[in-house]
Amino acid sequence: MKKIVLLVAITATLFACKDVDEDEVINPDYNVSFTFTQNWDGTKLENSDFETTEFTNANGDVLTISKLDYLISNVTFTSETGETIFVEGHNLINSREGLNINYNLDQKIPEGEYTVSFTFGLNSDYNIDGAYPDLTSANWGVPTMLGGGYHYMRLEGTFIDETGANQGYQYHTIHAVDNPGDNPQPEDTSFEVNLGSISVFNDKFIEVEMNVAEWFRNPNQWDLNELNNNLMMNAEAQRMMSENGKSVFSLGPIADILE
Amino acid sequence: MKFLKNIPFIFFIGLCCLLVSSCAKNESTTPEEEGYEPTPLTLEVPRLFEEKISPPIIPGNNPQTVEGVALGKKLFFDPILSADNTLACAGCHAPNEAFTDSRQFSPGIDGINGNRNSMPLFNLAWNYQENFFWDGRASSIENQALQPVVDPVEMHNTWPNAVASLQSDAEYPQLFSEAFGSSNIDSTMVSKAIAQFVRTLISGNSRYDQFLRGEIELTEAESNGLNVYVDETRGDCFHCHGTPPNNLLWTDNDFHNNGLDEIITDLGRGGATGDPREFGAFKTPSLRNLAYTAPYMHDGRFETLEEVIDHYSEGLVYSETIDPLMKAVGEGGVHLSEQDKQDLKAFLLALSDESFINNPDFQKP
Repeated sequence: MKKIVLLVAITATLFACKDVDEDEVINPDYNVSFTFTQNWDGTKLENSDFETTEFTNANGDVLTISKLDYLISNVTFTSETGETIFVEGHNLINSREGLNINYNLDQKIPEGEYTVSFTFGLNSDYNIDGAYPDLTSANWGVPTMLGGGYHYMRLEGTFIDETGANQGYQYHTIHAVDNPGDNPQPEDTSFEVNLGSISVFNDKFIEVEMNVAEWFRNPNQWDLNELNNNLMMNAEAQRMMSENGKSVFSLGPIADILE
Repeated sequence: MKFLKNIPFIFFIGLCCLLVSSCAKNESTTPEEEGYEPTPLTLEVPRLFEEKISPPIIPGNNPQTVEGVALGKKLFFDPILSADNTLACAGCHAPNEAFTDSRQFSPGIDGINGNRNSMPLFNLAWNYQENFFWDGRASSIENQALQPVVDPVEMHNTWPNAVASLQSDAEYPQLFSEAFGSSNIDSTMVSKAIAQFVRTLISGNSRYDQFLRGEIELTEAESNGLNVYVDETRGDCFHCHGTPPNNLLWTDNDFHNNGLDEIITDLGRGGATGDPREFGAFKTPSLRNLAYTAPYMHDGRFETLEEVIDHYSEGLVYSETIDPLMKAVGEGGVHLSEQDKQDLKAFLLALSDESFINNPDFQKP
């Protein structure tokens, strides 16, 4: 009897060891963290630049930036064999105050080579009015007459207009709505940002760079004298901003997370 | 053997000694030393708040308790904290005025006026940024509650003096003992008690809340006013005051220069942070309970809602730190029609909560 008990105990111990060790060794999972940085054509945007540093956009408008908050969601890792790891969730970045510039995924990623992407804003499946108390509490909502849901970005500041006067601008991106009112039909203008190929073989910091100048340049040269406010109600402006946004993000340095 | 026979007796005597010493200890220890715990109290959060916005902020070192809230309420209405026992918190934060003051500036115990309008007090547990006062200089409700007592133009007291008054009072030591497990009063305990009471001041039953709950219909003017409120080309109020129907706080709890003055004399947020980019910026006040909170703005310059709406419609003036959300500043604003102004006012008044100002739990004990 004693021998049987001993045998069972040893077997159980061995099986327990096998479960842990083999998974750890053969199929390790790693932490992945994103850091979001902003620049104007390569010059990093620091807190001290807000409201003080003048930039000139592609149209020649001289502007300052006072607010740059934006939302990203649903980071996706696609393996070489086409399998996807979908990390559902969103992250609202306040670049001026440096809030949420680091986004730590709440699930580990298995070792491998991946194409990494995320959504700028929330796509229509996720852009559900009132669904996210954290975003609602951050006053990130879009009025019902514009289809509800949430902003994608609030870029605000001042520019020198054609008369030489300082004027505010609100470059706010949301879904496009041609018919604001009682029965709006939102058109999804969020877009996927593809960061390219990334090797995950250790815990990783991945920097994502936003070149703010691109919002005003490519493919639509932005004239702030024409388009400076009330853009949430301007569906065509939303489509143009969405087009410009597709060249805004790029992959920055990748570093190992040191323990 | 005789010793063994006596074991039950010795055990009995030992047990008695333990019981005696235990009783003696009870007489000399504080409730805190006994492991005393005041009675937990759950905030009465409106259902719509629970569904739509993040939970209220309650600091881990100051949980809500029945005894703490009761003590905080007594302190709030008691002039004992002021140097000459004449001015309570409620002296400038009256329940029937949504806990603000109908005077432009509130006089302190020496008859000297402050330079900012008393802020209304409600839904402060949902100030996620935790910056209190018009300039956000206090980092918690507890921290905020400490300041008026020693402000020379308010209660003009010292904390040692205020604490001594409470300590020598016939009732307070026992009440503090019940709330915090110690009758040795200090300023931290006072601020914690007041903060607990202030967190119970919850307003979530305006006509608009009732409309969202499906209990009433808005009037035509109120509905039109809501459209003005959310229309970027007209009111565009929501970017600072919250987007209906989900953000029911009616403030972003952030700081803005809303175009009141060309020359900034009160630095506002900038005075608290030292950052020139924030000169002239003030906390966005909630639009709840406007029916009871006149006069308006940080300096109470506007006596009526009509004046407030006129300011945003055609009274904006430029200064270096003006918020980009202020539109058409060169023309003074977007020039709302008279009908839009009236409708907007009707909607804003639908955010007032009569049950809040009449709540018996919030009245003077």
